[in-house]
Amino acid sequence: MSPHLQVWRWHITMATSILHRATGVALYVGALIAAAWAIALANGPESYATFKSLLGSPLGKLVMFGLTVSFFYHLANGIRHLVWDTGHGLDVKSANFSAVVCLAFTVAASIAVWVIAAMTGAL
Amino acid sequence: MVEFALPKNSRVTRGRHYPAVEGATRTKTFKVYRYDPEGTENPRWDTYEVDLDKCGPMVLDVLFYIKNNMDPSLAFRRSCREGVCGSCAMNIGGRNTLACTHGWEEVPGKDVQISPLPHMPVVKDLVPDMTLFYAQYASIEPWLHTETPEPQKEWVQSPEDREKLDGLYECILCACCSTSCPSYWWNQEKYLGPAALLHAYRWLVDSRDEATGDRLDYLEDPFKLYRCHTIMNCAQVCPKGLNPAKAIQEVKKMLVDRVV
Repeated sequence: MSPHLQVWRWHITMATSILHRATGVALYVGALIAAAWAIALANGPESYATFKSLLGSPLGKLVMFGLTVSFFYHLANGIRHLVWDTGHGLDVKSANFSAVVCLAFTVAASIAVWVIAAMTGAL
Repeated sequence: MVEFALPKNSRVTRGRHYPAVEGATRTKTFKVYRYDPEGTENPRWDTYEVDLDKCGPMVLDVLFYIKNNMDPSLAFRRSCREGVCGSCAMNIGGRNTLACTHGWEEVPGKDVQISPLPHMPVVKDLVPDMTLFYAQYASIEPWLHTETPEPQKEWVQSPEDREKLDGLYECILCACCSTSCPSYWWNQEKYLGPAALLHAYRWLVDSRDEATGDRLDYLEDPFKLYRCHTIMNCAQVCPKGLNPAKAIQEVKKMLVDRVV
């Protein structure tokens, strides 16, 4: 079999495609975390406090930041896919451009949310 | 099946080095994938220092230079040398393209790496086995299907309807697109791939064809068509500037339109 991933020089659209899959998987885990949050809440103040301290730990914050990034990326790229589904924006130039827009939106929105969170004392 | 690594017997090892001929002043190193089907050894990367002053501007010129002056055992396909036949499709500098229309100066980086079309069985060196690719093309029945009796003269088509075939009929079946597609890499036994699907759309959109329903029935399958995830590598690499991703999207739209 001839080499494939081993030799391929990536296009930005290839990166955005696999990122969509990766962030989708991450959000699946995020949904489990949200479910755990609801269970902890229903289970009483003690479990909720444990859960809060877990998510409030540096590692917990890192996971939450990753989920923020995943959420905004998956949202933006999901809209990109919806536009594609109508048959628009599929020429190479537009697809490259929308890829950059999605990535820029993800960075900006994620930082904005965390800055707001820090400013309101939520961290 | 997704397999990121190459099978053990396909891992590429370090190969031989061919220094430039004496007296060469301007040279460039070309790293070429070599595989000998008659030996027992793994494929290898051979490196050739090519005398640029004795060599034409295209990658195909380089391959000819190597074959004629450095190593006659190198095997590659070529025919028209002007981007019409699609024979010399290969991976050059990490992207699929035609060796005959791609200048070696266009390849970024110091050395130029040349390997066969990705994720394909290799016959020898840069020659991939295209059997499955052609079978997939044949499976979409790339000819006119009609039910109405044959007209006295030709099947007529308005200029507007003819225009719908632009950007589709130009495909030369070089397989640059299909073998650039990760979905095709992982599922080529079941997914038809960008080239066959572009041709499928070429017949679906042809105003003279009367088998649209049957053609759509054939394509309506989780694998044959819907393994396309709009990765866009096909459109990025097409040496003829066509857009299989867009054609595939149009087929998906036709499938939605017929049920709503």
